[in-house]
Amino acid sequence: MSATLVALATIFSQLSLLAFGGGNTILPEMQRQVVQVHHWMSAEQFTALFALAQAAPGPNMMIVTMIGWHVAGWPGFIVSTLAKFGPSSLVTAASMHAWERFKDRPWRRYVQLGMMPVTVGLVAASAMLISHASNRAAIQWAITAACAALGFRTRIHPLWLLVVGAAIGATGFGQT
Amino acid sequence: MAMDSQARPADGRQVSVGELFVGFLGLGLISFGGALPFVRRAVVDQRRWLSPEEFTDLLGLCQFLPGGNVINLSVAIGMRFRGAVGALSAITGFIAVPSLIVIALGVVYARTQNDPVVHHLFGGLAAAAAGLLIAMAMKVAKPIVRSPEGIFIAALMFVAIALVRLPLLPTMLALTPLSIALAWRRQRSAPNTGKETAK
Repeated sequence: MSATLVALATIFSQLSLLAFGGGNTILPEMQRQVVQVHHWMSAEQFTALFALAQAAPGPNMMIVTMIGWHVAGWPGFIVSTLAKFGPSSLVTAASMHAWERFKDRPWRRYVQLGMMPVTVGLVAASAMLISHASNRAAIQWAITAACAALGFRTRIHPLWLLVVGAAIGATGFGQT
Repeated sequence: MAMDSQARPADGRQVSVGELFVGFLGLGLISFGGALPFVRRAVVDQRRWLSPEEFTDLLGLCQFLPGGNVINLSVAIGMRFRGAVGALSAITGFIAVPSLIVIALGVVYARTQNDPVVHHLFGGLAAAAAGLLIAMAMKVAKPIVRSPEGIFIAALMFVAIALVRLPLLPTMLALTPLSIALAWRRQRSAPNTGKETAK
C-alpha cells in the first residue's frame, strides 16, 4: 500500500509542475503512467473516469482524485489531491510578486509565445488518446465528431453535449 | 508576502478567510464544464473582489504557470487578500464538493460498470468528452495556425507524446526551449508583428 502511495505522490507531483497550459496537457502522461507503467486500470477505465470527471462540477482535473481513490481508497485520494494541487499552488503563491515586477519584460512574451505550440501539441495528443481509448463503435466516433464540431463552432454549454452523448449512448444504438 | 495579504477590493472592505472559503465552495458546486466563466462572474461582477483589469492580469499569471488556470486563480485570489491561509481556504473550498461528488460517481461507476445500459451510457459520455477535447485542441491551435514554427513544434510534440508515447518530462525539456528560441527569433526577424514600436 505505501509503495502505491509513494508512486501516486511521485507521479502527480511531477505532473503538477509539468501542467503548463492546464490539466488537459498532462492527460497523455497520466494515462501512460496509470495504464502502461503501473497497470492500475485499463485504458477504457481511464477514459471512463475522465469522462465522469468532465461531467462533474468543479475544476477539470478531478480525474486525479478519482484515480487516487480507485487505486488506494481514502489515503490514495488524499495523497493524489495534495500531490496534484500542492506543488503548482506553491509556485503560484510564490510567483505573484515576481509577476508584477517582470510585467513589461520582453522575455515574458517570448516564453508565453513559445509555450503555446507545446500546449497545442499536448492537448491534441490528449484528444487523440482519449478518443482512441473510448471509441469502439462507429456511433461513438459520430458522437465525438459532432461534439467536436459543436464545441468548436457554437457556444452550446459543454454539459449539454455530455448529457446528449450519454443519452444516445444509453440507448445502446450502434454499440455491441 | 505580507503586502499581498493586505490587499483590499476597490471599495475598501476586507475579504475574510471565511468569505474566501464560502465563495469558492459555492463556485465548486455550480461550475460545470469549465469553471472560468463562473469564477469571473462571481469574483468581478457579484462579489467585486477584483476589477476586470486585475482579474485579467491575475489570470495571465495563472495561465502562464503550471497547473489548472482556475485552481491557480483560487490560490492567487486567496493569497492576495489573506496570504497563505487565504490561499489554502480558497483552494480547499473550491475542490471540496467536487472531490466528494466525483468519488460518489466513482463508487456508482465501480458498482454498475458491468450493467449493459450503464456500459453503453459511458460509451456515449466518453465519446462526447473526447469530442470536447478535440474542440479544445482546435481552440488552442487558433493562434498558431499562421506560424510555421508553431505548427512544427506542435506536430513534433503530438508525434512524440501521442504516437511514440515518450515520457513527458524529457520531451518538454527538449522541445520547450527550442520553441521559445524559435518564437524569439521570429519576433526579432519580424518586429512589426510583435508589439507596436513608438515610431
